[in-house]
Amino acid sequence: MKLNLRIWRQKNADTPGAMATYEVDGISSDMSFLEMLDTLNEDLILRGEEPVAFDHDCREGICGACSLVINGDAHGPERTTTCQLHMRSFRDGDTIDVEPWRASAFPVVKDLVVDRSAFDRIIQAGGYISAPTGSAPDAHATPVPKPDADSAFEHAECIGCGACVAACPNGSAMLFTSAKVNHLNVLPQGAPERETRVLDMVAAMDDEGFGGCTLTGECATACPKGIPLPSIAAMNKEWLRATRKVRR
Amino acid sequence: MALGTRTEEKKPSRTDRQPSVIRLFWRSTVGKKAVMAVSGLIMLGYLVAHMMGNLKIFFGADEFNAYGHWLRTMGEPVLHYSWALWLVRVVLLLAVVGHGVAAYQLSRRDIAARPDKYVHRKRRPSYATRTMRWGGIILALFIVWHLLDLTTLTVNENARPGHPYENVVATFSTWYGNVVYIVAMLAVGLHIRHGFWSAAQTLGMGNATRDRVLKTAADGLALLLTAGFLSVPVAVMTGVVS
Ligand code: HEM
Ligand code: SF4
Ligand code: FES
Repeated sequence: MKLNLRIWRQKNADTPGAMATYEVDGISSDMSFLEMLDTLNEDLILRGEEPVAFDHDCREGICGACSLVINGDAHGPERTTTCQLHMRSFRDGDTIDVEPWRASAFPVVKDLVVDRSAFDRIIQAGGYISAPTGSAPDAHATPVPKPDADSAFEHAECIGCGACVAACPNGSAMLFTSAKVNHLNVLPQGAPERETRVLDMVAAMDDEGFGGCTLTGECATACPKGIPLPSIAAMNKEWLRATRKVRR
Repeated sequence: MALGTRTEEKKPSRTDRQPSVIRLFWRSTVGKKAVMAVSGLIMLGYLVAHMMGNLKIFFGADEFNAYGHWLRTMGEPVLHYSWALWLVRVVLLLAVVGHGVAAYQLSRRDIAARPDKYVHRKRRPSYATRTMRWGGIILALFIVWHLLDLTTLTVNENARPGHPYENVVATFSTWYGNVVYIVAMLAVGLHIRHGFWSAAQTLGMGNATRDRVLKTAADGLALLLTAGFLSVPVAVMTGVVS
């Protein structure tokens, strides 16, 4: 396959960027999108040009590092991570636009790499449980009802990629934050911080400058892990409950 | 998780500082949205009552005008003349102002959170958000017009105080009276269609199994209100009410 790529190039956070056009040839439909970019970068290096910077790590859809907006869609046309997107989703001769996540809380570091440490600070605000870290506890010591375990697992799937923020017209982090809050709040292990967790994580989310939720649902459509839109309503419910329960 | 992280000292937990409930709500995007949802539902409840009251116009001038008078005497003798009506007006004013200010502040924040657009534009995904914002502005302007038209009678040329039936007929006897009203009622319908379902999500009452029911209820409410409100100008235009 031969492709025309239009890629966002930006030297650093302080320099304005622009789309640049490249051609790549010899792309197999079995390659992943990132392997296609590797091919381009090899060409660029041989030509003495600066390779395109992009985030990636596991390349198997579990770490949440890869983060590209492809033809206007976060993670591209398939409902998966960019690293698990394959070139068979495109045709020979296609023009493909590749851009970084866009949100004021995710400033561009270079080219397609953005700083997502805002997510880490939301996690620091309450995305943990306090538990003694001695020997492993007996597996049956804390019974968890099956529906709660299923719900916790569903939300635990969030890999923190930020596609929800990138897709949201308000740059809102509600889907991510709701996944993290619900994951721990449904479990008995998360119960001691149930109220402070949701209040603190939502406050941290607001402090980072993410937008609010207008329920357009673009986040849940983009999410590679299928975190559903009603998770946001569930977090709202936890938040309202916490304002009544927390002692002041 | 995110690469290239810069970690900072953890600030004291926000709940350590114990803000008042009102500040907690107004400072938070989730809380402010809850204020919007509650004030929106208050206005929605009022609109249902208002629409049903308007339908009394089909039973003639005497009944409609008597109803208009009752609105002022309701609550008597416990309350003084007009007190109940003024109570409703104060609650509505608080709801409109709270709703509008929250909508403005949240919208400003949302736009600031996404300053750079994507070069590759898709069909605009924000249909609901945009109709809510434009619809809301239309509704705010309409509320002002409507008060000047049928409450203070400032812009209603042939109006007489104490004759609501005749004043309504006067309003819908002008082309602009009809146009303004019809546009506003379509805006109300669209606003409630997304708003009712949204409010359920905001207040944490939405879930996957209830979604269909909520969406159907929102559509039904929107249709009922718009049709009910529109029946009056249509009746005046076609001569059913004169
Ligand atoms: C002053 C005029 C109004 C303005 C400027 C306005 C504006 C808005 C906006 C922008 C939203 C979406 C907010 C968001 O999603 O973040 C909204 C939601 C809503 N509006 Fe209004 N609106 C007005 C009047 C009304 C009226 C008359 C009603 C009564 C039926 C109403 C009911 C609602 C409801 C129920 C919601 C959903 C709240 C939520 O999402 O939780 N609004 N309004
Ligand atoms: S909710 Fe989905 S899109 Fe958002 S960070 Fe988690 S995995 Fe990524
Ligand atoms: S590189 Fe790890 S999820 Fe894509």
